[in-house]
Amino acid sequence: MSGRARLVVGALAASLALGLLPLVGLPAFYESFLYLVFHWVALATSWSILSGYAGYFSFGHGAFFGAGMYTTTTLAAGYGVPFLATLPVAAAVAALLSAGIGAVVFRVKRLRGELFGLLTLAITFVLATIVLNTRLDGGPGVYLSNVPLPRLVASPTGTFYLLALGLAVLAVSAAYRVTHSRLGLGLFAIHDDEDVAEVEGVPTFAYKLAAFALSAGIAGVAGGIHAMFVSYVTVGDTFSITVPLYVVLMSVLGGARHWLGPAVGAALITASLYAFTGGQQALLGRALVAFVLIVVILLLPEGVVPAVLGRWRRRRQLRWRRGSDRSAQRGAHPRPSEVPGAPAAVAGLESAAAPEGERLHESSAGAPAGLECRDVWKAFGGIQALRGVSLGVGPGEIVSLVGPNGSGKTTLINVVSGHYSLDRGRVELGAVTLSGRPAHEIAGLGVSRTYQIPRPFAHFTALENVALAATFGAAGGAPRDARAEARGWLEFTGLGRRAAALPHELNLHERKFLELARALAGRPRVILLDEVLSGLNPAEIASAIGLIREIRGRGVAILFVEHLMRAVLELSDRVVVLNEGEVIAAGSPREVMRAPRVVDVYLGKAHVVA
Amino acid sequence: MPSVTLLGQALVSGVLAGGLYALLALGLSLSWGLLRLVNLAHFALALLGAYLTYQLGHAFHLAPWVSAAIIVPLFFVVGMGLHVVFARFRVTEFTSLLVTFGLAVILESLIQWFWTADYRRYETPWASASVRVGPLFVPVLESLACLTAATLALGTWAWLRFTYVGKALRAAAEDAAIAGAFGVNHRRHAFVLSGISAAYAGVAGTFIALISTLAPSQIWVWLGVVFAVVIIGGLGNPVGALLAGFLIGASESVTMAVAAPAWAPLVSFSILIGLLVLRPERV
Repeated sequence: MSGRARLVVGALAASLALGLLPLVGLPAFYESFLYLVFHWVALATSWSILSGYAGYFSFGHGAFFGAGMYTTTTLAAGYGVPFLATLPVAAAVAALLSAGIGAVVFRVKRLRGELFGLLTLAITFVLATIVLNTRLDGGPGVYLSNVPLPRLVASPTGTFYLLALGLAVLAVSAAYRVTHSRLGLGLFAIHDDEDVAEVEGVPTFAYKLAAFALSAGIAGVAGGIHAMFVSYVTVGDTFSITVPLYVVLMSVLGGARHWLGPAVGAALITASLYAFTGGQQALLGRALVAFVLIVVILLLPEGVVPAVLGRWRRRRQLRWRRGSDRSAQRGAHPRPSEVPGAPAAVAGLESAAAPEGERLHESSAGAPAGLECRDVWKAFGGIQALRGVSLGVGPGEIVSLVGPNGSGKTTLINVVSGHYSLDRGRVELGAVTLSGRPAHEIAGLGVSRTYQIPRPFAHFTALENVALAATFGAAGGAPRDARAEARGWLEFTGLGRRAAALPHELNLHERKFLELARALAGRPRVILLDEVLSGLNPAEIASAIGLIREIRGRGVAILFVEHLMRAVLELSDRVVVLNEGEVIAAGSPREVMRAPRVVDVYLGKAHVVA
Repeated sequence: MPSVTLLGQALVSGVLAGGLYALLALGLSLSWGLLRLVNLAHFALALLGAYLTYQLGHAFHLAPWVSAAIIVPLFFVVGMGLHVVFARFRVTEFTSLLVTFGLAVILESLIQWFWTADYRRYETPWASASVRVGPLFVPVLESLACLTAATLALGTWAWLRFTYVGKALRAAAEDAAIAGAFGVNHRRHAFVLSGISAAYAGVAGTFIALISTLAPSQIWVWLGVVFAVVIIGGLGNPVGALLAGFLIGASESVTMAVAAPAWAPLVSFSILIGLLVLRPERV
């Protein structure tokens, strides 16, 4: 049985066993305690789907929880809707609320990190004020004691226990599914570097919105059930700081980037809070939990579950390696290490066999096509960065873009890749217009780029970095194929032995080549190389030039931004010179370099002192 | 529509109440803006300061300014001590939020342990004293808090603007590594700033004791509004925090007068949300 099948069977058996628990006739006290555990498991797990995976820390989970709570309260107590029927509505209301917030907020690039957290917290307070002052509550709170509770089992506490268990199972399996899908992979990439993720082909806006809605929807149901559980709903208790802070603490304690982390954190914190009940003891318990939290965050910042798994894996690997040393003569190779906290969509899969050599020599996705920029204008405030730039790169052609620093070379790359929108003009790929499309679509159509200063995803291994591009780029494969593809490109750039290394373990030369491998893995038709050679030593430059020639040989159109004149002269079919956002010369390398204006720009003009 | 006098009175009490917000926001804004640490424990420290003022006044009959003279230097040392932990574990902006939340909960439990969850009120002869200016009443204590906030804000601004340590702190906030390369001893200055920030919590605490009724859970009451003030004022900008405090105080108070008291939070948080969404680059 594979590890995954074992996991599914184990989880099913555990859920079933837990589901049968109320039939045993557990004392109500334990059922209520377990209700609270699963209630928090569902809430914390749902929170981590956006905030843990994509790094958009929300302090507004209370808003969605509260939206669900008041939806159920209003429908059940006010309009006599059956309790269970209100739960899907609670989910929908919370999901819609989050989607509405996300649709506005996710368009603002600066609203990340602690600002997103505060914004969502503020939204919670606004929502609370509205509920408090309208007919939804009006101030005194709402009683649900007259709402009939459907009996799933004999006791009401057993019913609540089953509802919470069901929701917790749903939340954890949703988290598992997300972390093992394209969505999860994209969210992890957004966590590390959102701009790069978008340029690599991840539809960041849609993914964030989907994750937010899913997260809020589950919280809404949890709120709906909890409204019935407490049976007296007040604004003060519903929208208090407790829910947003506890879900953050539980997730961070357990490990917010792991699908099971928040559930473990929730169980630990709920259990330890429950261990101390009543008066001074509860006070002591709360202080103790807070103290443990501080210690864990300072010592295990990635959370308990990844820390434990990482230790266990390392031990297993050590044993495995000892075994493989003995069987080394028989040709066993050590498996690349898996890194704790790394995206499971890639790390969880067994490493596939290296791709057969000919696959790499297939042409890129789709038919070869050329890049055409027509009269491209771009201004930043008062600074005109591009003034009517027109240039074309044909399939299998290398066009070098040279010019002094600040002449607009990188801006042009950012415009072509869709990171910046242009003010005027058009960018075309074959018959398709690129300008006006979001960056991830442009990547999907077959445009990829490298960054002058490498920007790998920090929590992804080299292999996972490349596999992400293979998953979301023009090639668009399933994660498993993408991994095989990625391995091929790592070999191609000479990084095969470094597949399992994290970016911070690579040197500059390796990071530069990783950029190249990642750009190639998308199977581009056009590749934009932004100073790939800067900072490399002569031997590394020579091997990079060889690679670029090979890429051209496959019919890829290459726009080559470079300061190193030797490489420009050696590689280019044509050279375009940019100065202050304008094309001042274009043509064959030799003739362009002799043009008087180019000489002026590069070497300076002989000024006459007035 | 309420009368002009009522609106004027609302405006005056709002601005004065905003002085207390500004007093609380000052320390928070400094540590967030210049040390990149979001210190939730700041609120707990302020409340602890308030309870200490209450205790010293109640049990030992110390005048509040005498208590402040004890509490403020004490908190300065506490703040430096806190920074020892932050520096030792290289706490980042985000983990600081979680660690200081834990700290705030511990302090809250501590306060509740000593003083119970019951409301405490520090009765002083000045509590209800006010000066009449035309048709308006100006409460003395709130005015004093306001004046203190303004003095501290302007003083801190001048300190950051004109002294070597202030400039070094601002440089290190932009880029600690580069500032270090130019000879700025960021670590030592950070201790001073952390101490100052905690000392400001002590000052705020003294005024909280004099002005409002104390309960341990008040730590969380201030949180939302003061964060709004810090963000609107601009991180690390003391004068901005002062003006934002006045703005939020006045807007809350006028909302209470025009609509109902329960609507007050809507205004401050709507200002915050609008600012974040429309002008995020300002923050």
